[in-house]
Amino acid sequence: MTPLAQLLEAALFSSGMPVSIESLAALDSDATPESVEAAIAELRSRYDEGGHGIEVVEAAGGWQILTRPEYTAAIERAQIASRPHRLSAAALETLALIAYRQPITRADIEEIRGVSAGSILKSLLERGLVDVVGKADALGRPLLYGTTPAFLEHFALRHLGELPRADELAVALRPAVEAAAAPAS
Amino acid sequence: MTAPPIGVRDEPTETRRAGITAAGDDTAPASFVVELAHFSGPLDLLLTLLREEQIDIYDIPIARIAEQFLLRIRTLRLDEAAEYLEMAARLLRIKAQMLLPRRDGAEAWDDPRAELVRRLLEYQQVREVVDVLEVRAEGRRNRFARTVPPAPERQPSAGPLSAAMADLLAAVDRLLRATRGPDIHAVIPRALDVAGALAAARALLARRARLRWRDLVRVNAEPWEVLSVLLAVLELARLGECVLRQTLAFGAVEIVGLEAGPGTLVGDSETATAPLLSSHDQPPAYDTAGAAA
Repeated sequence: MTPLAQLLEAALFSSGMPVSIESLAALDSDATPESVEAAIAELRSRYDEGGHGIEVVEAAGGWQILTRPEYTAAIERAQIASRPHRLSAAALETLALIAYRQPITRADIEEIRGVSAGSILKSLLERGLVDVVGKADALGRPLLYGTTPAFLEHFALRHLGELPRADELAVALRPAVEAAAAPAS
Repeated sequence: MTAPPIGVRDEPTETRRAGITAAGDDTAPASFVVELAHFSGPLDLLLTLLREEQIDIYDIPIARIAEQFLLRIRTLRLDEAAEYLEMAARLLRIKAQMLLPRRDGAEAWDDPRAELVRRLLEYQQVREVVDVLEVRAEGRRNRFARTVPPAPERQPSAGPLSAAMADLLAAVDRLLRATRGPDIHAVIPRALDVAGALAAARALLARRARLRWRDLVRVNAEPWEVLSVLLAVLELARLGECVLRQTLAFGAVEIVGLEAGPGTLVGDSETATAPLLSSHDQPPAYDTAGAAA
């Protein structure tokens, strides 16, 4: 492997979270985004072809080293690591809304879900999956919520564009509904 | 409020749905309260009822559904699920409106169910996205990352930065080298577009609390663009709309947005009235309704 690929391997190994191309390029003053991408490709193919239990995966606008899924059951049985809890349906619904309509206020979330969202938002904030991204111009200047890189990582997304577009969903909303999507001003 | 399950849930959706139909006997009130906890809200319950009864969402027999809905929530105490009661009240109101006589052949009959249908469809879309998210989360959940404690956030050094001229020049050189190489033979004088960069930076700051230099300058930016962004960022910092942080000498500069309250904007009235949300820089419409047409 090239020295740069080795350096990147060490850096990815040192991090529990995805590392952005920029951070990787900052490792070496001679590295350019292009050379980093090439080194990542080299590292990936090395892991893919060499027979490894781990691989280099793209997520949240960066790269990270993850174990391959086929070994998860054995690892968990041996109590070496355990999978995180699943999110509740209510939390997933709230996240889906925030992902698609960000920046969105709590009132808008509650209006669509038909239930109060305060405690769910709090726990999502604590888990770092969403963050306050600003304040709306509406009365009372309510907080606006948006998703974080941790959200992308949790759902193995490279970026928000990987979520299905509205017109790709099976349920098509009628045009008359559009007014509801416009942010309240 | 015990109705919506908050926090964690370890059973997959399939069992969740199946559990509802299996426990269809509504005469067992004790088991029912637990059952309601399976739903994430009144819309979820309503949608499940429609599915169980195989009802077309655009033509809901409101009397029947309202009855079913009430049956399901009758064991709730008033303080337990205000949201379910609100929906029940709404259903009864629609039921009453449906009973009112209509004028014969009136084209402009406003279906009292229209608003409910809209909300149900909107909610159904959310459920659909949730299914996608669930599958993705499950895939990620089956892979382990290393659990390395993240590097602590470095506090910026208190004293003024001391830097030799050579270091400064080297930094400028690095920045300029990241941009497209200068074309010596075709020098076109270009005015800086500070106002444009300012608007773009503001729009980005309104959406994200923290930015990095790279977020503001596109790859292969020309020097005049880099300088425009630089001046815009300094201007934002001067106006108190953001603070600039450098945690490490010559490290990446972090741009942290501050609340642009009216009190912090002094002087320049032109920038003071700039909207917090600028529409021209929005990402493609991911909102669930916008692009549906």
